Amino acid sequence: MKVVGDTTTNVQTNKKTANISGRQLKNKLFKGLFVAATGLSLLVLIVLLVRIFTQGIGHLSWDYLTSFPSRRPEDAGIYSAFIGTIWMMAVTAPVAFVLGVGTAIYLEEYAPKNKFTDLIQMNISNLAGVPSVVFGLLGLTIFVRELSLGRSVLAGGLTMALLILPIIVVASQEAIRSVPAELKEASFAMGATKWQTTYRIVLPAAIPGILTGNILALSRAIGETAPLIMIGALTYVAFLPENIMSQFTVMPIQIFNWTSRPQTEFHDVAAAGIIILLVMLLVMNSIAVWIRNKFQKQL
Amino acid sequence: MSLKKVWMLIALAAFMVVAAACGGGEETESEAEETPEENETDNTEGSDEEASDGEGNLSGEIAIDGSSTVFPIMEAVSEEYTQEQPDVRAPVGVSGSGGGFEKFIAGETDLSNASRPIKEEEAEMLEENGIDYIELPLAYDGLSVVVSEENDFVDYLTVEELQQIWVDGEAETWSDIRDEWPDEPIERFSPGADSGTFDYWSEVILEDADISKDAQLSEDDNVLVNGVMGSPNAIAYFGYAYYAENQDTLKIVPIDNGDGAVEPTEETINNGTYEPLSRPIFTYVKESSLEEPHVRDYVDFMNEIAGEMALEVGYINLPEEQYEENAEKIAEAAGE
Repeated sequence: MKVVGDTTTNVQTNKKTANISGRQLKNKLFKGLFVAATGLSLLVLIVLLVRIFTQGIGHLSWDYLTSFPSRRPEDAGIYSAFIGTIWMMAVTAPVAFVLGVGTAIYLEEYAPKNKFTDLIQMNISNLAGVPSVVFGLLGLTIFVRELSLGRSVLAGGLTMALLILPIIVVASQEAIRSVPAELKEASFAMGATKWQTTYRIVLPAAIPGILTGNILALSRAIGETAPLIMIGALTYVAFLPENIMSQFTVMPIQIFNWTSRPQTEFHDVAAAGIIILLVMLLVMNSIAVWIRNKFQKQL
Repeated sequence: MSLKKVWMLIALAAFMVVAAACGGGEETESEAEETPEENETDNTEGSDEEASDGEGNLSGEIAIDGSSTVFPIMEAVSEEYTQEQPDVRAPVGVSGSGGGFEKFIAGETDLSNASRPIKEEEAEMLEENGIDYIELPLAYDGLSVVVSEENDFVDYLTVEELQQIWVDGEAETWSDIRDEWPDEPIERFSPGADSGTFDYWSEVILEDADISKDAQLSEDDNVLVNGVMGSPNAIAYFGYAYYAENQDTLKIVPIDNGDGAVEPTEETINNGTYEPLSRPIFTYVKESSLEEPHVRDYVDFMNEIAGEMALEVGYINLPEEQYEENAEKIAEAAGE
């Protein structure tokens, strides 16, 4: 009996050690796999950046930023597109923020939980996945034609606002939902109304998340071309918008047009435009990070 | 406290937009007193004197949209025109030939660029909407059939052979075209179905048959260039400018339409011997827009320099008589 027992424990320890080395091997294998995955995406990013920078840096200059597009690559600049993008954002940002956060607050704080709100919720999530061209068609029919806003900054900005609205609603809802229930309950216990609680407790706690979501959504809007081409934003624009009814162009459209030209010089001009667009996006994302950190510390 | 700041920021942003909107409104109103809002209005009565500030200085807006093929020429024309008349705004959009006509039919544009003649149904819709127009050829584009530098067997192609290659269900390998050619599958690259280039190709080569299902379509001609470059068995067609810019890596295929193989060059495209693939590209002008002095002036200017600009951006100018014919058409449409 004793002998038998000994052999069994022996076998068991052997099995155990074999198991450990096997698991460690697996661990190493998967670690390697994940490092490779990360490395690969980093590599792609680096290749992209290096290519864009080596191609475009030669065209970057103050002149490039302050001249209008031209048929001659050496004279072509991104001025009207750059300013056009800023104008469009000035329309998109406030509209999308007010509508998006408003919807999120209603859905999270006020709306009764019933089939109707479920339906709204489902639609919003679905809308987030609708291709941007469809929003362009919507913008063309409603803003450009029905409301006869023409091919204006206003029509473009509103279309973009609609496009990013679902993203903002979902992100804001997420942020509002993550506010601890105890905070709200404490506020209600003090006799505060729903609005007082929302304004003084929920929003301050949720604002970093909401703003981050907003800025990231705006970054998406900055890079979109399809909906604006649908509503007929222009490609060659040699003037700046004066008001929100002006015609305009934006950077992605201008860049797209340059890349589709046969002359390789224009491809370099496009690369310079991409650098400007990347810098703009980086600045916006940094602002998002900065806001998040700043407000989180104050809580 | 921090929340207050955020609200203030938002309020400020909202205020700025509203202010811009109001400011804009006033501006357009005051502008409307001096210059007509030509964009969509056909009603140009009495706007003639208002539109010009005397001294031959015109102002106003011209709505131009349409084909991406014609775009470089119109961009060049607008760029030059801005030097002449800095107060006239002539931005150019790119919605494609078909997309441009859609806007033209809706009455939203003054000039509609197209890399193909207007289609019957488009012309009918324009008539229904009471929009009269004139067609002005601006330049020639020689559709170029190309293969890779590495392709050493294709010396020329006849129109029938092109049909065999491109019509769906005909040839599969190069040896199906000519026996001495390699038994390798043909890789086809074609401009996208929305482009006027595709439409023209369908009409002239495919004769409205379906294009081969193996063909890869792309709206970006540079994609086609890259596709052909890499493979000795590939073939593509696109505008002459894309060939001209990539001569080191592409081989042009001369086309034989019964009178011997002809290569597209400035000369053969201009004098019409490169046939049937040299196609005119157009702009269509709304007749009622010509009543506005700045549109009329722009169109005259365009007709004058279109040939020169076409050459500069990679197209071929038309014979001089064609531009003279255009000038007569414009004058007639303007009621002179």
